[in-house]
Amino acid sequence: MTDETKSHRALRLGVAGPVGTGKSSVIATICRQLRDEFALGVVTNDIYTDEDTRFLKSAGVLPEERIRAVETGACPHTAIRDDVTMNLMAVEDMERDFAPLDIVLVESGGDNLTATFSPALVDAQLFVLDVAGGGDVARKGGPGIARADLLVINKIDLGPHVDVDVDRMVADAEAARHGAPVLALSRHRPETVAALCDWVRAIHGSWANGSHTPIDPGPMAPHHHGPKDDHTHAHGHSHPHHHPHD
Amino acid sequence: MFVSSPPEPAPHANHMVARAVLASELGPDGRRSRVSRLRSDGPLVLRPSHPKGAEPLTHRRTDAARVSLAAGTAGPLGGDDYALSIHVGAGSTLVLQDVAAMLVLPGAGGGRSRMSLDIRVDDGATFVWWPEPIIAAHRCDHTHDIRIEIAPDARMILREEAILGRHGEVPGNFASRLRITRGGAALYDQRLRFGPSAAGADGAAVLGDAGAVGSIIAVDPAWERGAPPADPYDRGAALTPLAGPAIAIGAVAADSLALRRLLVRGLDILGGPWIARHNGKDGS
Amino acid sequence: MDGAGGSAALLLLSDGRLPAGGYAHSGGLEPAVTAGRVTDMSDLERFLVGREETAGLIAAAFSAAACERSRRGELFEIPALEAELDARIPSSELRRISRELGRQLRRAMSAVHPHPHYDALGAAPHQPVVMGVAAASLDLSPRDMALAILHETNADAAAAAAKVLRVDPFDVHAILARMATRLDRLAGEAARAAQGPSADLPAPGSPLADIAAEHHRRADVRLFAS
Ligand SMILES: Nc1nc2c(ncn2[C@@H]2O[C@H](COP(=O)(O)OP(=O)(O)OP(=O)(O)O)[C@@H](O)[C@H]2O)c(=O)[nH]1
Ligand SMILES: [Mg+2]
Repeated sequence: MTDETKSHRALRLGVAGPVGTGKSSVIATICRQLRDEFALGVVTNDIYTDEDTRFLKSAGVLPEERIRAVETGACPHTAIRDDVTMNLMAVEDMERDFAPLDIVLVESGGDNLTATFSPALVDAQLFVLDVAGGGDVARKGGPGIARADLLVINKIDLGPHVDVDVDRMVADAEAARHGAPVLALSRHRPETVAALCDWVRAIHGSWANGSHTPIDPGPMAPHHHGPKDDHTHAHGHSHPHHHPHD
Repeated sequence: MFVSSPPEPAPHANHMVARAVLASELGPDGRRSRVSRLRSDGPLVLRPSHPKGAEPLTHRRTDAARVSLAAGTAGPLGGDDYALSIHVGAGSTLVLQDVAAMLVLPGAGGGRSRMSLDIRVDDGATFVWWPEPIIAAHRCDHTHDIRIEIAPDARMILREEAILGRHGEVPGNFASRLRITRGGAALYDQRLRFGPSAAGADGAAVLGDAGAVGSIIAVDPAWERGAPPADPYDRGAALTPLAGPAIAIGAVAADSLALRRLLVRGLDILGGPWIARHNGKDGS
Repeated sequence: MDGAGGSAALLLLSDGRLPAGGYAHSGGLEPAVTAGRVTDMSDLERFLVGREETAGLIAAAFSAAACERSRRGELFEIPALEAELDARIPSSELRRISRELGRQLRRAMSAVHPHPHYDALGAAPHQPVVMGVAAASLDLSPRDMALAILHETNADAAAAAAKVLRVDPFDVHAILARMATRLDRLAGEAARAAQGPSADLPAPGSPLADIAAEHHRRADVRLFAS
């Protein structure tokens, strides 16, 4: 099969989260900090425009040809969950065209709290929230918040301006995640950026040495598409919690 | 269904059957092209001619063979069966133009009118076919079938325009097919149908409420490494590269005048020798 | 040549939920809406009918032909079939999309139901050609395949209608119901043509769809890729 490249498979890292929380910024930060350490590629998912691709290209964080856009037909959650073919091929093409790559980052089109990546597409995923979305969001839970490999609470520099107690929000998130890692991040605080990079190094390391077990955070919240849809049962299904990196 | 070799209609006694032939060749001086065969038949009148109107491509050469075609005063009518066979011999340049627009009308006894053109363009030849529009009159039933085989080393440009009825008139049934093969392989194949029996032709995927539709096809081996890029230069028109050394300019417009303007703009975008020269004279 | 394959396999192939990326396309509807040529239900019906009679019939005939040739093991005919299909799509954008969808479908089907014929297709085969090969691998008949393609052609645009137009979904499906016999007739026509030479496969053009597709590619904002 010409489309598959098993030989130079990279770590596929998904970045999900609601609109505007800072997914593109997190990717830009990772690229800027780690591009000399790892061979990187980025796939963005667009809803209406190719804004994300343009942003990342103009930020100059990677050579332009290593940033590619997938058009999702206004269904960003479908593209990372129910029908990952377009994204999967974009990742495979990237791995083939720039072999050998170490990490391919996939940015989900900003959707809602329930969209998470299918394990068929990524090996690990970050879920990005921001303090501007309100301090309660972390408590509300959902598959991404509860079970993504890393929960990022972004823009903590804005905490005082939006009346959010960042420590409280992080504690809530840690409770919702039963101790799984939570990272308070601000691009204005170098120590938080360094912690993000350490996490990426750690997950790449455990993936490369085979000790990383992909986790499916689970599908989106129960809702119906049609009579045969069985979205509903899977919501609560249990996954072995595995955090080789924490 | 419209297949590549539909059965010949059985013409009525009072129906016109015409078979005309035209060929060009490169003269003994190896430069000047000349008409080597010209057979008019009935209403299909072929005449050697002089440069006329805006004609692209040939301003590079002063030595093209030029012919104009008149297809009778009105017609074909229902039941008529016209055929023209054209051979552009190796290395020669042939320019074919129309004397006037072709009006297709229903016949007294009903029945389908038919015109077929069978064209061969040999190696190193250039064919410029610049006909006037075909006007599909109310209640006509016309089939227009054009087959072109062009050698890999030949150049060609042609225009086709169809007008949906005379002014303010609902057109009859019209079906055309233009199939171009290059070195035997398909390059361009488009059928167009409109009129009362063409369901959906008035929809937004096909013609909408347009009154005129047309295209220009240009083939040039110089584009072997890639034809000019796509350019949707108007809401109703686009220039697009084909899957070979060729481009198509497609346009859909309210009437024949607007259509002609769009096609001329498309040629201007193509530029170079493809621009129709408005003084109608040979340059060079 | 009739496929002995069961109807269940046909439903599998014609289901829009087959994960091959089709949901990102509106079948030319969004470009037509953006151009202001489809604004109400009667426009939508004419659009759908015109599309089935042109692009739908071409896709159906070529998938039926690919199915027929794949069933006979005559894969050497596929390149000519691809060239014939290219010749019937003047818009470079629509050719690109057809090949992109073809690659996606092959990627999906090679995982869902592997078959050696997929490898024999070029780097980026046209979607109807891959569909035909998939149908043959599931032992479906060319007519079945044609019908599936025609159904999908309508279903994609109908699903998109709810997103790009102010519509009552019942009205949209009423149009599809009215078109049912038309789809059966077109499937028969496509299957008959598939028995003949590739050069004689139907070639109905859709000038406005070609033009609108090129504009859509250049639009700053769009819901659907095409
Ligand atoms: N103050 C502050 N602003 C930030 C930080 N990170 C990102 N932003 C801003 O947040 C806004 C959204 O960031 P993006 O990275 O585009 O967010 P996104 O999640 O990719 O957005 P979508 O792709 O549209 O869903 C931008 O204006 C960023 O400049 C941060 O650490 N602090
Ligand atoms: Mg973004």
